[in-house]
Amino acid sequence: MNTIIKFLFAAIKAGVPFLYGTTGEIITQKSGSLNLGVEGMMYMGAFVGFYAGFKTNNIFLALICAFFTGAVAAFVFAFLTVTLQANQNVTGLALTIFGGGFSTFFGEMMIKFTPNGLPKLSEEFIKGLSEFKIPFLSDIPYIGKLLFSHNILVYLSIIVALLCWVYLRFTKYGLHTRSVGENPAAADASGLNVTLIKYLNIMLGGGICGLGGAYVSLVNGGGVWNNGCVNGQGWISVALVIFASWSPAKAIFGSLVFGMFTELQIRANDFAHEFPFLGFLGHIPTAFYKMLPFAITALVLVVTSISQKREGNQPAACGINYYREER
Amino acid sequence: MSMTSTAIELKGIRKVFGNVVANDQVDLSVRKGEILALLGENGSGKTTLMNMLSGIYQPDGGTIKVNGKVVHISSPEDSKKFGIGMIHQHFKLVELFSGIDNVLLGSSKQEFFLRKKRINTVNQAVKDFGLSVDLSKKVYDMSVSEKQSVEIIKVLFNGAKILILDEPTAVLTPQETQVLFDILRKMRDNGCAIVIITHKLNEVLEISDRVTILRKGKSIATVTTSETTAEELTELMVGHAVKLEIERPEVEVEDSPLFSVHHLVVENEDKINIIDDISFDLRRGEILGVAGVAGSGQKELCESIAGLQKVKRGAILYEKENIVDKKPMDIIKLGISMSFIPEDRLGMGLSASMGIRDNMLLKNYRKSKGLFVDRKKATETANEIVNKYDISAPDIVTPVSRLSGGNVQKVLLGREIEAKPNVIITAYPVRGLDINSSYVVYNALNASKKMGAGVLFIGEDLDVMLELCDRIMVLCHGKITGVVDAKTTTKEKLGLLMTGVKEVANSDD
Repeated sequence: MNTIIKFLFAAIKAGVPFLYGTTGEIITQKSGSLNLGVEGMMYMGAFVGFYAGFKTNNIFLALICAFFTGAVAAFVFAFLTVTLQANQNVTGLALTIFGGGFSTFFGEMMIKFTPNGLPKLSEEFIKGLSEFKIPFLSDIPYIGKLLFSHNILVYLSIIVALLCWVYLRFTKYGLHTRSVGENPAAADASGLNVTLIKYLNIMLGGGICGLGGAYVSLVNGGGVWNNGCVNGQGWISVALVIFASWSPAKAIFGSLVFGMFTELQIRANDFAHEFPFLGFLGHIPTAFYKMLPFAITALVLVVTSISQKREGNQPAACGINYYREER
Repeated sequence: MSMTSTAIELKGIRKVFGNVVANDQVDLSVRKGEILALLGENGSGKTTLMNMLSGIYQPDGGTIKVNGKVVHISSPEDSKKFGIGMIHQHFKLVELFSGIDNVLLGSSKQEFFLRKKRINTVNQAVKDFGLSVDLSKKVYDMSVSEKQSVEIIKVLFNGAKILILDEPTAVLTPQETQVLFDILRKMRDNGCAIVIITHKLNEVLEISDRVTILRKGKSIATVTTSETTAEELTELMVGHAVKLEIERPEVEVEDSPLFSVHHLVVENEDKINIIDDISFDLRRGEILGVAGVAGSGQKELCESIAGLQKVKRGAILYEKENIVDKKPMDIIKLGISMSFIPEDRLGMGLSASMGIRDNMLLKNYRKSKGLFVDRKKATETANEIVNKYDISAPDIVTPVSRLSGGNVQKVLLGREIEAKPNVIITAYPVRGLDINSSYVVYNALNASKKMGAGVLFIGEDLDVMLELCDRIMVLCHGKITGVVDAKTTTKEKLGLLMTGVKEVANSDD
């Protein structure tokens, strides 16, 4: 039992960067923009968040800086695709490449200019982001350990996802956003400011991706900077958008599932050890577990395309630039 | 008439796209409590003009007055503010939303949270307008006329006092058109100013109080409907007198059929027989009309002949050869051509991002020898079609998506007819075409008929079919309810057959 709880606990943690990235990308796609720059925005958020934390020792400021950086990167994407009508796929890929380079370049500089060549967050800072127990709730057997003894950013990711879900589904502005993603000409004819709505949602989405980056560099890195910290998690987040069928609420579940796959890579041997009947898990190469999220995503794509339901699909105008005078 | 009763006044409006002058020196005025018809051929600038009122385009010259004040309409938002509501030809609705949410989209009456009571608010408003439509359905589940009702309710809900409708009847059945006209009359009596863009003369005469005619982007005249005739309007619109009868040349018809369908059955996705055991012959040198309420199996019939639809049972014989299960390419090689103009008039048969020339190429590139594409022949064909069908396009390489709807359609029909096929299947070829263009199409079909081709003409306008076709076959729920001689039958008999009353008319079988 303990192994399972430990595994699930780790899976939740591993799923958090995905949840930030996915939520951000869902908001972006719901407004009709396919921003493939999640990986890049996460990298930029990761570096700037880390650097701010490293210099100021203030968690709140580090998060704000990471969010702001993601939003600025997304603003560039919005300017290129919405205002200048550049191709979204190309722009997103460029952003991914740029973000990776940005974080490596400045990360390397930060290492150079740190006296011992090892930029590390202060103990106090790390402690602020460490796991803590919620009084009473964390005393519930199993559940308490599993759900109520995480670090603050885990809870924040779920709150952000739920808020985004409410925003998209139950508010007027969410309705506006969805209409722009489905049919910008209809939104425009209804007197909505399509350009403004796209900019705001792309930037909000980018900011949330930036938070995901901050989680990776501040929490997963154990307080030490690592140039390649995001390492493909942005791409998995993009795949997860499909898995979650464009719902931030389902993304919470989806990121747990994807987190489990990630953890399986590390813990397959533990399982094999603990439960003899799962012995085969130890013989599967880790590459297989790395591949799983993508295989599952492909499967979900097949299933959703077979079902005739119109809901839960990619927004109709996603990836297509809107130009009012075009017919 | 006092000044205040004028809802919209346009003076000297000019709009230029690149080097094409879409509107020039257009004057127009609409009074409150009046229906003004805006009449003009395809590409005469009707839609462009109205798009300037709805904020999609900005004029390059001239003034717009709304309720007597000069205004500048720079966005659809502005347009809404001035009480102008436009119902576009291609509906601007979010398919995934319910009718309710579409109506509320962008409305100031929508609260921050989407609550259940918003449904009542909208339904109450619908009742107050004196309409009855179920708006709780998702738009993708709605029929075309329901979607149009959503659009109308939407602009009324936003308090529009000036309604602009862009070819609202192009996609409606005659009955639905009457319902729409009743709504418009009601709105007029409530003091709304209504502009209706159309090129159907009988509708203009029926619904409008005054008519403004546009020709080649200029406003030619404004006449009072009760003092004019169809002939006068046509002459103003086209610029010269046009005779309104359609020719029906007599051609020696061979007895043996060129093309025949035997006990054809086609199933749709829900395993329902959308075409239910139909048999008919098409002879050389005749135009066989196919009448029927929309959705009676016309589309499936066309597609099964063209090899695009799986046939469950039955045979389609061309020169005694069964073409069922042949590949579309082989069917085309036999000289069978199909052109289907769907309701939205775009989307089928042409590649929107290619020019006229390259679209010609799509049909004949296989004939050119060697590895490389030969554009010389396609250029010739393209120029020929542009001249013959009077297509207004900047040049033959501009993407066809930039042409007006009617011109796009002429490109498709021209390409299909000029390939000189032996069997022409054409569905709704004059849908949305103006008078001049329609006659070009009729003449082209008659020319093919004289050359011995068999034409299957799937149409919606019974008046046209009665004049153009030799025989008319009526479809109802996938069955043939009768085949009648077009020279002797009447519109009423056809109407009865369309609703499923069998064999009341004189059959020539």
